[in-house]
Amino acid sequence: MSTVELQHITKHFPTVTALRDVSFTVQDREFFVLLGPTGAGKTTTLRIIAALLKQDEGHVLFDGEVVDHLTPADRDVAFVFQQYSLYPTMTVFENLAFPLRSPKRRLPEVEIRRRVEHAAEVLRIGHLLNRKTARLSGGEMQRVAIGRAIVRQPRIFLMDEPLSNLDAKLREALRAELQHMQKTQGNTVLFVTHDQIEALTLADRIAVLDHGRIIQIGTPADIYDRPATTFVATLVGTPRINLLPAVRENSTYYVSHSELHLPMPRDRNLPVQVQVGIRPEDIRLAADGPFAGTVALTEPLGIETIVHIHTGQQTLLSILPGMTDLKRNDVVRFHILTERLHFFDTEGRRV
Amino acid sequence: MATIELKQVAKRFGQNWAVKPMDLTVQDGEFLCLLGPSGCGKTTTLRMISGLEAVTEGSIWLNGRNVTWEHPSKRDIAFVFQFYALYPHLSVWENIAFPLQAEGEKKENIHKRVAEVVEILRIGHLLRQRPGRLSGGDQQRVALARALVRRPAAFLMDEPLGALDAELRESMRAEIKQLHIHQHATTVYVTHDQVEAMAMSDRIVVMSAAEVQQIGTPAQVYYDPTNLFVARFIGSPGMNLVDGRLEGDRIRLPGTENVIPIPPAYRPGLQALGSAEVIVGFRPEAAMLSSDGGLVQGEVYAVDMHGAYKLLHVSLGNGAGNTIVHIRADRLAPYAIGSPVRFHLNMDMVRLFDPKTEKAIPRLSEGATVMSVSDLAREVGR
Amino acid sequence: MTASFYEKGPARPITESTRVDKVSPRARWLGKVRALLVLVFAFIGLIPIFVMGITAFKTRAEVVSVPPKVIFSPTLEGFVFLLTERAVASPARIEQLRAEAQVGELNLFERLALASGQEITGPSDYVRRLINSLIIAGISTVFSVVLGLFAAYAFSRFEVKGKDDLLFFILSTRMLPAVVVTIPLFLMYRQLALHDTHLGMILLYTVFNLSLSVWLLKGFIDEIPREYEDAALVDGYTRMQAFFKVVLPQAMTGIAATTVFCLIFAWNEYAFALMLTSDKARTAPPSIATMLGRGGIEWSAIAAGSLGFLIPVVIVAFALRNYLLRGVTFGAIRQ
Repeated sequence: MSTVELQHITKHFPTVTALRDVSFTVQDREFFVLLGPTGAGKTTTLRIIAALLKQDEGHVLFDGEVVDHLTPADRDVAFVFQQYSLYPTMTVFENLAFPLRSPKRRLPEVEIRRRVEHAAEVLRIGHLLNRKTARLSGGEMQRVAIGRAIVRQPRIFLMDEPLSNLDAKLREALRAELQHMQKTQGNTVLFVTHDQIEALTLADRIAVLDHGRIIQIGTPADIYDRPATTFVATLVGTPRINLLPAVRENSTYYVSHSELHLPMPRDRNLPVQVQVGIRPEDIRLAADGPFAGTVALTEPLGIETIVHIHTGQQTLLSILPGMTDLKRNDVVRFHILTERLHFFDTEGRRV
Repeated sequence: MATIELKQVAKRFGQNWAVKPMDLTVQDGEFLCLLGPSGCGKTTTLRMISGLEAVTEGSIWLNGRNVTWEHPSKRDIAFVFQFYALYPHLSVWENIAFPLQAEGEKKENIHKRVAEVVEILRIGHLLRQRPGRLSGGDQQRVALARALVRRPAAFLMDEPLGALDAELRESMRAEIKQLHIHQHATTVYVTHDQVEAMAMSDRIVVMSAAEVQQIGTPAQVYYDPTNLFVARFIGSPGMNLVDGRLEGDRIRLPGTENVIPIPPAYRPGLQALGSAEVIVGFRPEAAMLSSDGGLVQGEVYAVDMHGAYKLLHVSLGNGAGNTIVHIRADRLAPYAIGSPVRFHLNMDMVRLFDPKTEKAIPRLSEGATVMSVSDLAREVGR
Repeated sequence: MTASFYEKGPARPITESTRVDKVSPRARWLGKVRALLVLVFAFIGLIPIFVMGITAFKTRAEVVSVPPKVIFSPTLEGFVFLLTERAVASPARIEQLRAEAQVGELNLFERLALASGQEITGPSDYVRRLINSLIIAGISTVFSVVLGLFAAYAFSRFEVKGKDDLLFFILSTRMLPAVVVTIPLFLMYRQLALHDTHLGMILLYTVFNLSLSVWLLKGFIDEIPREYEDAALVDGYTRMQAFFKVVLPQAMTGIAATTVFCLIFAWNEYAFALMLTSDKARTAPPSIATMLGRGGIEWSAIAAGSLGFLIPVVIVAFALRNYLLRGVTFGAIRQ
């Protein structure tokens, strides 16, 4: 396993600039996630690291050494694709053995068999080894794809949305297995996703990407609790964060078109006009709460319930654990956890 | 406004049942979801209600009128498709006006009614555009407007959000629900997404393998599933299901020391079972982590971060064939993978199933499953 | 209420259905009609080939009889006329040959020739021309598919400057009708000493088929996701190895379909062959056509020649039929 560093990477395509001055370092044994919407440049970054694409500017470094000149085969990375990377004409065993039979690192057949069988056992696909890959289910295919990465001991695992084509229950199960495997084996992983739960769950650190630029790099807690922009704040968390325009008078913010008023954090001097961000779980229903509203809609999801609360002309999303007997038009009182508020300037930057 | 009634309605293709005989009454103004995995017969059921598909057996009644063999256009029902089915060569306004023009409605009436629905769905700025240039969400809004403009007795919707991305689906879900609250029109909604069904429905019909598994409110199917299929299918993650063995008045769970008492409500039901094997089911929020010796112990296998809360994957027992259960946990507390945890179970929320029949074992009284506001205050306080 | 409904029966059953697995009585009936129609069309389509087949085994008299005979005693006379050069034998010679036939010194063909008063003087050109056809069509097909495959791969995977213009240019080589270019080609080939040579014809057919093969194969290769090669590159293979190990096996349907298309063109080509070959490299199509011109028309010989000409293409198409069925859907169905 290795440390992988990107220095000022820029990549232009004929009609668009995919990456602008992207720099970050994936530490040895770290699970690093690139999070961003479609078209943010996540996959381009992975392909540049694997040398499947060449950057226009900047350098890629493995363990402090520039590897710009190395071919994909020489970079010694493992790549797990979103789909379509198993060879349909080969069996599962042949697919798993394929990287070990390459001219660069041909191993004796005995060793190949040992490694393939070990990987198959870890991923619980031992019973599928003689099956043609076209006859596997989606979950099995993705296990084999991950297996093809772990039969080798590459310098880094590059994973491009490997779970996004699976259905919800399967995605959850495989996500847990991936997390368990990485934490117990200590692999270096660079993982690309647009799914915020995947990012928050798997990552040691997350880099949020938008339009080819890095917006924020931090631990999941940094990203969730201290988002650098409104873009990051809305990207993570379901239901999404409540963003409300507010104006300050002295040390109190008054939210437009509502009765809500929130104190300015002490020892800080914030602008007069801001957007206040309130996470749904930080709005707490309580009989003695200072604010009142009416329930506009409840969406019970089982493990939690989303409650839409009308207050003034604003609608707040709040989240409650489990199911509730709240009904539409019920009047509720609530308080807002003021120590957990987020303030953004009118440009959307955290202040 | 309408009630819809299905009496022993069934559909068979040759020897294969697409829908086995089912009875169902959709109340006036109700929002009812047909929920199930693909191929379970939910869409066929919807198409039979609409008249797009003929029934093999049984009859369909709309407001007490037998419409089993009536043409779809005579049933006073609007159908919303997954892929919008908008006419690409017509503008948005023309698309919405199309059903009224087909009925030979007067010009000024058409303008008035189109204006009404456009207002409700907030698509006034799109009227002159062609559907092909709209986003998925806007296309579905136009499709809804076209259904709404006819003022039908009932709406039938076939996975209308299935083609949208996750974020849009979430906001459109609330929009459709709001629309239903305002229009109060009887709606039958087909989906394979249990989150959608839970969030939107008054009642859910869970289907699998051409058969109705359970009909109930979201709380009923969530807390009191009638069988293992419903228990697994509803909820994200599904209900924790663990092999248990009766030992006197206790149930032994996987793992060395894991024993829970039999919930009293289950005593009579278990005597009738005549076997020591049961499956113990509980929802992730029924488990309460406790540092001072909970009943059940396990080891953290993985941790999902959902923002508002963490979901622990806890492995009970050890080595091969270990059982993994999901437990809702505080978002700020750290849980290292491999570290031991102990938890209590809220025994009111534990459900038992017969592993042979896969059905729920009967219980004496329905326990409290829905939290009141005062419970909530306690819950969020901890 | 239910009872009265059943007494009346369904007013108008609704039979629209989008389910393909539905087998209603009507659908079953339609299926039978469809099968019958296919049989009728197949029958009509096969009549000429059937007539050709039986004509090849008829005697000269039977060929021209009206109405045509379907039941007859088959003879190989047509094949004798096709495969041999013969001379009319003098009556004395016939006597001598009959004597040889008595003692079994004449083979089947010689005896058949004798029956119509002729003596075999040597083999005809037909076999040579069929072999020419095999060599020219076979080699040019291999060339155009192999070259086309590499070109198509490059067009599909790499950034080639002026890609669209180049592709259009390649296609445009096929736009001029053959007749228009034959004369200039004829003059050029005479200068280059390529006239009436195998090499000349192979080059010509390869160039002509290349446009077809590049376009067809590019379509097929576009359908193969790049991720396969990316995965192989990352796994330690060179691009050439990835091409052979990963792309080639998946492109087999496309290659088979293209092979058949190219082969059929080169095999059937008539206009160029007529103008640019005279004897040494002459292929079968012009030679069969010229049989019409020789004195009395030997229909059974022509039919026999056509039959022989048909068989190689049928064999190739049959051998590749599994690939072809998938190939004609243009990759819509992945293996």
